[in-house]
Amino acid sequence: MEEEIMKSKAPFENTAIWMKKNLFSTPVNTAISLIVICLLISFLGPFIQWLVFDSVGLGTAQDCREASGACLVFIKEKFDFIIFGFYPRTELWRPISSMILFLSFIWWSKEPKRWNKRLLWRWLKLILLIALLMRGGLFGIAPVSLDKWGGLPLTLLLSFFGLLFSYPIGILLALARRGNLPLIKIMSITYIELIRGVPMISLLFMASVMFPLFLPEGITFPKLLRAQIAIIMFMSAYMAEVVRGGLMAIDKGQYEAADALGLNYWQKQIKIILPQALKIVIPPTVNTSIGMFKDTSLVVIIALSDLLMTTKTALKDPKWLGFSVEAYLFVGLIYFVFCYSMSRYSNRLEREFSYGAHS
Amino acid sequence: MKNTIIKVENVNKWYGDFHVLKDVNLDVTEGERIVICGPSGSGKSTFIRCLNHLEEHQKGDIQINGITLNQNLKNLQKVRENVGMVFQHFNLFDHLTILENLTLAPIWVKKTPKEEAKKYAMELLERVAISQHAHKYPGQLSGGQKQRVAIARSLCMKPKIMLFDEPTSALDPEMVKEVLDVMVDLAKEGMTMLCVTHEMGFAKQVADKVIFMDEGRIVEQAAPDEFFNNPKHERSKEFLSQILH
Repeated sequence: MEEEIMKSKAPFENTAIWMKKNLFSTPVNTAISLIVICLLISFLGPFIQWLVFDSVGLGTAQDCREASGACLVFIKEKFDFIIFGFYPRTELWRPISSMILFLSFIWWSKEPKRWNKRLLWRWLKLILLIALLMRGGLFGIAPVSLDKWGGLPLTLLLSFFGLLFSYPIGILLALARRGNLPLIKIMSITYIELIRGVPMISLLFMASVMFPLFLPEGITFPKLLRAQIAIIMFMSAYMAEVVRGGLMAIDKGQYEAADALGLNYWQKQIKIILPQALKIVIPPTVNTSIGMFKDTSLVVIIALSDLLMTTKTALKDPKWLGFSVEAYLFVGLIYFVFCYSMSRYSNRLEREFSYGAHS
Repeated sequence: MKNTIIKVENVNKWYGDFHVLKDVNLDVTEGERIVICGPSGSGKSTFIRCLNHLEEHQKGDIQINGITLNQNLKNLQKVRENVGMVFQHFNLFDHLTILENLTLAPIWVKKTPKEEAKKYAMELLERVAISQHAHKYPGQLSGGQKQRVAIARSLCMKPKIMLFDEPTSALDPEMVKEVLDVMVDLAKEGMTMLCVTHEMGFAKQVADKVIFMDEGRIVEQAAPDEFFNNPKHERSKEFLSQILH
């Protein structure tokens, strides 16, 4: 009934009805609404003034210092460096095309109906292609050494491979922890508790300082790879606990029905238990992933120039001192776009896998 | 003379200090229909769950179709292929459609070709009158429908023995009959059945033998007529008077 009435009115009247019902229904509600609106205006007003009306979009650092608004020139000036770090200026088409390829492939892979073996093969090919593009050295593409990689591509790389490997490793750890094999169970518990018990920074330090000491002389691992391994190790422990939560939520009857039908351990886990358990833990999985995406910024402490590090470096330019608010807002926005996309995607997946329960 | 298909000798089981099953002995011949009843906590569910090794017994011997149940995984696999089980709470796989619930085990355990498995599954769904829901998910069915699917799922493995663990206790009263009807049909076809239930009408209609368990022991076993009209033991009499009002 109510919907029909809503539909029959003009759009503006709809808004009016909605506002009356939700914002001004009682005197108390009206008072709260007014206070909130006043607060919003008093905060947002100056911010918009600073960001839009008083901002400097053209000019020099000096112009920026004289103006009272945001220095958008700084972002424009430092955009390349913040996004791509020390990657050679002349070769920027390579990280750009890599990222476009990568992000469009992510977009393409997001449909659950495309999740099959062929997709895995395609991803493998894509990763090789991107590696070739970024690293160079073949087919006349100039080589670019790993320590020149930086900015957003580096952040995406560390997060992507971090998630890609830590998810399956986490699943195996969780299964081991829930399993009946005492030795494997103890190993899994020890690993998870040890890794969770230390901060990621100390793992990164270990990877960059201690790990080389154990290697025979002459063998070196690129620092990027060592950091990546440390991140995977760290994320795996957290993923394991997330997955374990899902396993514990599965009714004992599901195990029994699978057993009674004669399914063996792996068939039971892969066909029955994991699909249901992983679905239950989509929200915490994405929560952990978002946390990890941001945590990759900790690699600054071992001097890898990820997105946050390039931003800090850009701020140290003597010509452009003092525009940190703009810079941090800008990277904040980049991080937010990625994290928010993950969060939206998580909602979608949950709906997708609701097994027709609500249809 | 028909073959003995289940042989249970002096089976004992403990949960910690609690002695659940005490020297249980039972022979079941092929095609025999047995109803097991008894007060709650008498060990009847535990007993039939021992028969496909969902529960482990600590002492004694269980042979199913000539195979002794022990730690040997291969033997266990063979036994479970031959023994179907229907649970009180259905335990359907909620993330799979009805049809997928049925075909999963034949395809993965018995390596039946997909099309063949599907065809047989549809036949079974037809039989339990649920084929029109084949592509729905368990969450969209009523309790009675779910239990009929669960029965069809077990039958999909072409078992020699069917175990029923209180198949109607979790159902709304109006749905009990549709499930019992399927079970009666199954009994008529000569399936070996062991059924833990309090549905005495069902017991009278199809059972060859009623077993009464109390405190982990088989107290009395008799033909249904005799058991219901002329129980020998005090405990059986008391139990019957309680459930028959």
